[in-house]
Amino acid sequence: MGDVFSFQMPESITDSKPEKVVCGPGLRRNGDEVLVCKSGILRHKQPNLYWIDSQQRRYVPGKGESVIGIITAKSGDIFKVDVGGSEQASLSYLAFEGATKRNRPNVQVGDLVYSQFIIANKDMEPELVCIDSCGRANGMGVFGAGGLLFKVSLGLVRRLLAPQSEIAKDLEKMFPFEIVVGMNGRVWVKSKTIQQTLIVANLLESCENMTAQQRQTLFRRVADGSI
Amino acid sequence: MRDTPLSNCERDFLLKAIQEKKRLDGRQTYDYRSIKISFGTDYGCCFVDLGKTRIMAQVSCELITPKENRPNEGLIFFNIELSPMASPAFEMGRQSELLVKLNRQLERCLRNSKCIDTESLCVVSGEKVWQIRVDVHLLNHDGNLMDAASIAAIAALCHFRRPDVGIQGEEVTVYSTEERDPIPLSIYHMPICVSFSFFQQGTYLLVDPCEREERVMDGLLMIAMNKHREICSIQSSGGIMLLKDQVLRCSKIASVKVSEITELINKALENDKKARKTGGKFGFAESLPQERITALKTDVSHVEMSDVKEKANEIVQRAEVPPQTVPSPVLTAPGTGQVGEGLENSWGLKEEEEEEEEDETVELKMELEEGHEEKGRGDVVVISDSDSEEEDVVILNQVTTK
Repeated sequence: MGDVFSFQMPESITDSKPEKVVCGPGLRRNGDEVLVCKSGILRHKQPNLYWIDSQQRRYVPGKGESVIGIITAKSGDIFKVDVGGSEQASLSYLAFEGATKRNRPNVQVGDLVYSQFIIANKDMEPELVCIDSCGRANGMGVFGAGGLLFKVSLGLVRRLLAPQSEIAKDLEKMFPFEIVVGMNGRVWVKSKTIQQTLIVANLLESCENMTAQQRQTLFRRVADGSI
Repeated sequence: MRDTPLSNCERDFLLKAIQEKKRLDGRQTYDYRSIKISFGTDYGCCFVDLGKTRIMAQVSCELITPKENRPNEGLIFFNIELSPMASPAFEMGRQSELLVKLNRQLERCLRNSKCIDTESLCVVSGEKVWQIRVDVHLLNHDGNLMDAASIAAIAALCHFRRPDVGIQGEEVTVYSTEERDPIPLSIYHMPICVSFSFFQQGTYLLVDPCEREERVMDGLLMIAMNKHREICSIQSSGGIMLLKDQVLRCSKIASVKVSEITELINKALENDKKARKTGGKFGFAESLPQERITALKTDVSHVEMSDVKEKANEIVQRAEVPPQTVPSPVLTAPGTGQVGEGLENSWGLKEEEEEEEEDETVELKMELEEGHEEKGRGDVVVISDSDSEEEDVVILNQVTTK
């Protein structure tokens, strides 16, 4: 299946002698060996976390992740939502803020929803909700009139959502826009004019393969070109 | 597997962007995506990249008995396959409508136009003729399959070499590639399809639609032409009503595009021939760029940003004059005015406006919409006559607030 690798740990780590090695995504344990099951760059975080940084566009639902879904069907008490995975997820009518059996949410087929997974494993159909554990919407729900939805790789999405995201900071300096980032690789952008929306969308799509410096030069060029 | 559904907001955004003459990747209305043609090591294998759409065509031949009513003509057989790797909506073995349409159109374009001399494919009249088989495989679907398929098919046919045949009396010898050089097919002309997609009942036109634009289009017009400006086939699908001079205009655009594409194919064929002659490396593996996961490489993507400065300047210059174009015209109720928000200020209307709006009737807005459809042809032209039409779209205030 995967390659078995071994390497010399740098001096600094051998002092602390970590007994437990945490294997992140892309690595799998097989007894004493650690096998690689995805192609990518091996990354290490102190003291004992290793994972493979891979380029992936295909999303696999994970519990607790917030994603952008597209409503594909209404059937009975639930909506069927496409999240880009192998199966469609289900979203109950009652999983919206302030929704009761009499007061149904105003959701049409083809709408975008920002929601969270409560059930997402390989044995069951994934389930989404648009409320948090206190029953509040907390930013989730139907959205999206007037913006543009596009798809990027999962790595870029994680970089955008990281707490100190440089890409997000650079983008903020350009011009005001609204952005919704789903962990399934879908990004929704809306700006004042269609031109600006298209600019932001194209910039994000091209950010994937750029170093920080190239990205900053590009952003500066665009900022100078526009007013 | 199911294809990703198109959300309402994407559809609305695309249509709005098209109305403002903006495309997702920054192209102009009549621009093609970048076309890359490369050939494989075998004769007759051709890869075409039209933006992200990727198609492979392979030509092969074999000797068979000819048809009874045409004993001295060879046969050409076309086959397009939609591979499941092209799009999650395609399933292997499933005969979908799209597949039938593409097959039919490719046959019409290449066979009925008689671009290949079938009589030269005859070996022994009535007994043995060459059957040329063109297999087209779709590797990635990003819109405009027909154009890419026709380019791939004709480039592969031009690239192909069939085995040489020697006839001595009754004996027919087919020489293998090592014994005698294979000979190319005799091709009269190169028909190439150009696709035009129509939006909003024929008001807006785009050349070379990408996949998302194809999903929101109303109809498609395919014109197959060669560089001598001869139309080989025209097909209009989607049931839209097209005006006569819309079609004429499309054919003029098509002739320009076809001559560019034909030049590109010829150049690619030349390069391949040179590479083979000089013994240099050729083939599919060589044409692939070296891509490594640790190296950062991507094609130059053009970010459409030049417009904004000019647009802003225009708006600034026009600030004194009552604006002639309005992003979203608003019909305000009588007795109210609108200030700011980028729309035209309707507080304290100037007298010049009133003089322009001489024909103030309630039905004016309705007439304008009909006028737009009739003047559809005017909107199709990129060198904008459109300004003159948009003059009519002005905020109508029945009652001034003076």
